[in-house]
Amino acid sequence: MLNKIYDWVDERLDITPLWRDIADHEVPEHVNPAHHFSAFVYCFGGLTFFVTVIQILSGMFLTMYYVPDIKNAWESVYYLQNHVAFGQIVRGMHHWGASLVIVMMFLHTLRVFFQGAYKKPRELNWVVGVLIFFVMLALGLTGYLLPWDMKALFATKVTMQIIESTPLIGTYLKTLIAGDPDIVGAQTITRFFAIHVFFLPAALFGLMAAHFVMIRKQGISGPL
Amino acid sequence: MSKNQVSRRQFLSYTLTGVGGFMAAGMLMPMVRFAVDPVLQAKAESDFIPTPQKVSEITEVPTRVDFKFEQQDAWYTSEVTGTAWVYLDDKGEIVALSPVCKHLGCVVDWNTDKANPDKFYCPCHGGLYTKDGTNVPGTPPVAPLDVYPYKEKDGFLYLGKAKPKKEA
Repeated sequence: MLNKIYDWVDERLDITPLWRDIADHEVPEHVNPAHHFSAFVYCFGGLTFFVTVIQILSGMFLTMYYVPDIKNAWESVYYLQNHVAFGQIVRGMHHWGASLVIVMMFLHTLRVFFQGAYKKPRELNWVVGVLIFFVMLALGLTGYLLPWDMKALFATKVTMQIIESTPLIGTYLKTLIAGDPDIVGAQTITRFFAIHVFFLPAALFGLMAAHFVMIRKQGISGPL
Repeated sequence: MSKNQVSRRQFLSYTLTGVGGFMAAGMLMPMVRFAVDPVLQAKAESDFIPTPQKVSEITEVPTRVDFKFEQQDAWYTSEVTGTAWVYLDDKGEIVALSPVCKHLGCVVDWNTDKANPDKFYCPCHGGLYTKDGTNVPGTPPVAPLDVYPYKEKDGFLYLGKAKPKKEA
């Protein structure tokens, strides 16, 4: 049945070369944990991507209940966690996954660093990877405020003090990010929400696409 | 060996699809259940809501009765005002009609159209209902006004959730 549907579409649109180009290539021996168990270190990049997919999906579902507003944010989070079926699980996936992304990304970076896989001709991909790292950190920072509890509020106050300590433009920068020169409040949470849900994911998708295109173009680095 | 040998490629593709499907299901199942929760939430038994109307003071003239009740909307609780038109029918039984017009949901009033006395009148499109809530043919509404189930308690009128009138 599925085969027939596939054949029907393939006959008209010739989709086989499309996915072959993406999926059909041999895993080099030095990267395959079946040959050398130590090759599991090559999994960290893929695991980072896997956790990122979980973050995107769970985040999409969380916004069905979440409200980015000083009066309703905490209440809506409390409601979705305690009164909606599987709310604790879905929020838990997003909460713990956020930390896991950073851990996996860090391990991936360590592997690339210690194997010297960033060297010519792969310097550009290292640069893009570091940019992804920054975007992920920013996602973690902006997401931290959204539950609007005491921890979120005071963590963001500290963030604002750090931003304010920037030489010369500190105060402007703080106002730009918090939406108000003094208050971490109504405008801060809407800004952080917009950045967390629209701006940073958009940047992340672009960077990830570039990251993957470059891997396919250059291939994985050779054995040590 | 059976006749239909499973090749190595087939075996691997089945196992990978199975494991992959299991992982995807484990990931998506909580999220989907989370999303469809409003549909599956058990509906609270609709309680009878107290009104300020004393049963002994109900007359044969339809009277507007406003009653307040607490509405729970997820994490938001608010006080909502409901309205009913209440009177005694020919048999002396209480009738409580919903004021929501069955045309497009405006609010009907009793006896406000001078051309059509003793009718429920909807100011939006000129819908008319007779005293028992039946829609007057030739006016926009296509069904009679909804009826509140009622109860008497401590001399006061209690109303349930308005239901469509059964008879045709």
